[in-house]
Amino acid sequence: MAEPMQVPIQYNEAVVRKFVIAGVFWAVVAFLVGVYIAAELAWPEANLGFSFVNFGRLRPVHTSGAIFAFGGSILLGTSFYVVQRTCRARLFGGEALADFVFWGYQFFIVMAALSYVMGYSQGQEYAEPEWHLDLWLTVVWVIYAVIFVGTLLKREEPHIYVANWFYLAFILTIAVLHLVNNAAIPISMYSAKSYSVYSGVQSALIQWWYGHNAVGFFLTAGFLGMMYYFIPKQADRPIYSYRLSVVHFWSLVFMYIWAGPHHLHYTSLPDWTQTLGMVFSLMLWMPSWGGMINGLMTLSGAWDKLRTNPALRFSVTAVGFYGMSTFEGPVLSIRDVNALAHYTDWVVGHVHSGTLGWNAFISFGAIYYLVPALWKRSGLYSTRLVAWHYWISTLGIVLYISSMWVAGIMQGLMWRAYDAFGFLQYSFAESVNAVHPYYVIRWMGGVMFFVGALIMVYNLVMTVRSPSTNLSASDAGQFGPAGAVVAGE
Amino acid sequence: MFRHEWIEKNAILLLVLTLLTVAIGGIVEIIPLFTIETTVEHVVGMRPYTPLELMGRGIYIREGCYLCHSQQIRALKDEVERYGHFSLAAESMYDHPFQWGSKRIGPDLARVGGKYSSDWHYAHLTNPQELVPESLMPKYRFMATTPLDFDHVAEHLRTNRFVGVPYSDEQIAHAKEDLLTQADPTADAEALMKRYPKAVVVPGSTKGPTEMDALVAYLQMLGTLVDFANTSAEKLQQ
Repeated sequence: MAEPMQVPIQYNEAVVRKFVIAGVFWAVVAFLVGVYIAAELAWPEANLGFSFVNFGRLRPVHTSGAIFAFGGSILLGTSFYVVQRTCRARLFGGEALADFVFWGYQFFIVMAALSYVMGYSQGQEYAEPEWHLDLWLTVVWVIYAVIFVGTLLKREEPHIYVANWFYLAFILTIAVLHLVNNAAIPISMYSAKSYSVYSGVQSALIQWWYGHNAVGFFLTAGFLGMMYYFIPKQADRPIYSYRLSVVHFWSLVFMYIWAGPHHLHYTSLPDWTQTLGMVFSLMLWMPSWGGMINGLMTLSGAWDKLRTNPALRFSVTAVGFYGMSTFEGPVLSIRDVNALAHYTDWVVGHVHSGTLGWNAFISFGAIYYLVPALWKRSGLYSTRLVAWHYWISTLGIVLYISSMWVAGIMQGLMWRAYDAFGFLQYSFAESVNAVHPYYVIRWMGGVMFFVGALIMVYNLVMTVRSPSTNLSASDAGQFGPAGAVVAGE
Repeated sequence: MFRHEWIEKNAILLLVLTLLTVAIGGIVEIIPLFTIETTVEHVVGMRPYTPLELMGRGIYIREGCYLCHSQQIRALKDEVERYGHFSLAAESMYDHPFQWGSKRIGPDLARVGGKYSSDWHYAHLTNPQELVPESLMPKYRFMATTPLDFDHVAEHLRTNRFVGVPYSDEQIAHAKEDLLTQADPTADAEALMKRYPKAVVVPGSTKGPTEMDALVAYLQMLGTLVDFANTSAEKLQQ
């Protein structure tokens, strides 16, 4: 590990800075839209009878905004940051290529959001953009993959660090999912409208193979890549177990792909596929917790840092939420539990404990680490504000997920309730009425999460505006690749 | 002996092995759905969408209706009692893509066809809360006044045929005519009904078909096509 730095490598940090700015911007946009559509569900007058802001058109703006715009920008940005430092190599392809990926990806996001509100949609959840945007994203993604793999190939470190395995799995699998699920034929070259090449039951399974692995590889593998770099960095400890990272990487990558059919229990999908999906979803619990254990145990001997470093609190709490939602997921995939929970708000709560608790929190942790590092500041403007952000957001998540648990289980129970005469006890409308208070609580939770993000924005802006310090630009070499972690064990 | 280090030191090997590992599950689950013949049941009554229904389905997708309404009645006792016979794979076999949905902020629509009158649907789409006070649904008043854009309806049918929906040459040739007929109660619907049995002619207006006409035609068809009287339980086994 004692490899001296002769000439500091000039990493491409400009593109990382751009991605961080974009990611923070999109976080605010996605949360704001989320708060708005939550208000539409609590008070339907908020739809305003105006097509552009209807729930049905804004929900894809919220989901794509949160997952692909916020999550994606942070993932792409951190992957460029991490791959350079852990490979001790500048990004392959030069600045122009990296900038193309940045601007190309942002262009995709803006066009997708505009197209949703204008009424262009493929009608597939999390894959709403129409064919021309899908083609554009394919071009951007291929170049992104070329830069990432190219950087791996020209690395100075003998080992590829574990974070990069996860980033690589994310990049490759998303490419495969995107290409297969979006296969469609446009009605003409001049029309945005297309028809998927798949129909009915095949279309359903391919969509949820895509949808669940967008969770598995975009929101899990990619963010685990972040975890494997930023938590050891913030805690100043090596990864807890190298062996565990090997085992859980391969098992996670293998098993996730099978889990999609748990979205289709008791439907027209043949039973054998449902059962297969359920079994693999249950098994997936183990590799998921492998990641959680590796992340949390990295803190051993450094737990005191949580007191002094509130940014690390975000990263560590994120791993806690990751563990919780990857336990809840397998539970929900059990057919009998799913019979109750499917189509209800329980699933919405589950998704948000993952996206807010895990994805957003690990991103906030990384952002609080990255901004001073990228803008060469000695530290954040205010750690007190980070603590405020942390507690307001955490409370917001608690309100969100607990209200959705109650609402979801109540819906499930009301839909299946029978009265003394053997008739269904409740009309559907009664179940809608019953969840209203919980929709208001959910909205309040969302508002708190949004306010937390605004506090972060203020803190980051003030950090960047504070005077520059002459931090040593590069910390590569202090940070071991996988091999060095072995040595540390 | 195998050492993981080999993979860690070789980016291309890592890439190839990751791709292979990821491919297995998808292949095992997806390919058989195309090859096992009983995946889609053989039932009587399924037909491609009428041109007006198809355009209505486009509006359903455009407005993101699938985000609040499912079209998939699960094989559970209470669902079957609330919504009707559980959904068959055959019933969505002409849906490119499927619209089963994943959330019920509103009720399931897989068998909403014929449950309410067309007039009810017009009133409900215009102002849902007037008919269902608890409803969270946005008002779609604008659809009633927006003329339906159907210049390219034949291309829609042709593209569907290209991806596997069995539209005949005759159906494609008469696409525009059939569309207008279905939104005009005064027109002679005989040829339309022959080409598309059970199609529901909607009230329409003198100014030509609106988006709401198309959407109502689509809703009124949902779940009505399969002839369950002539379907035995064995035939539904996948």
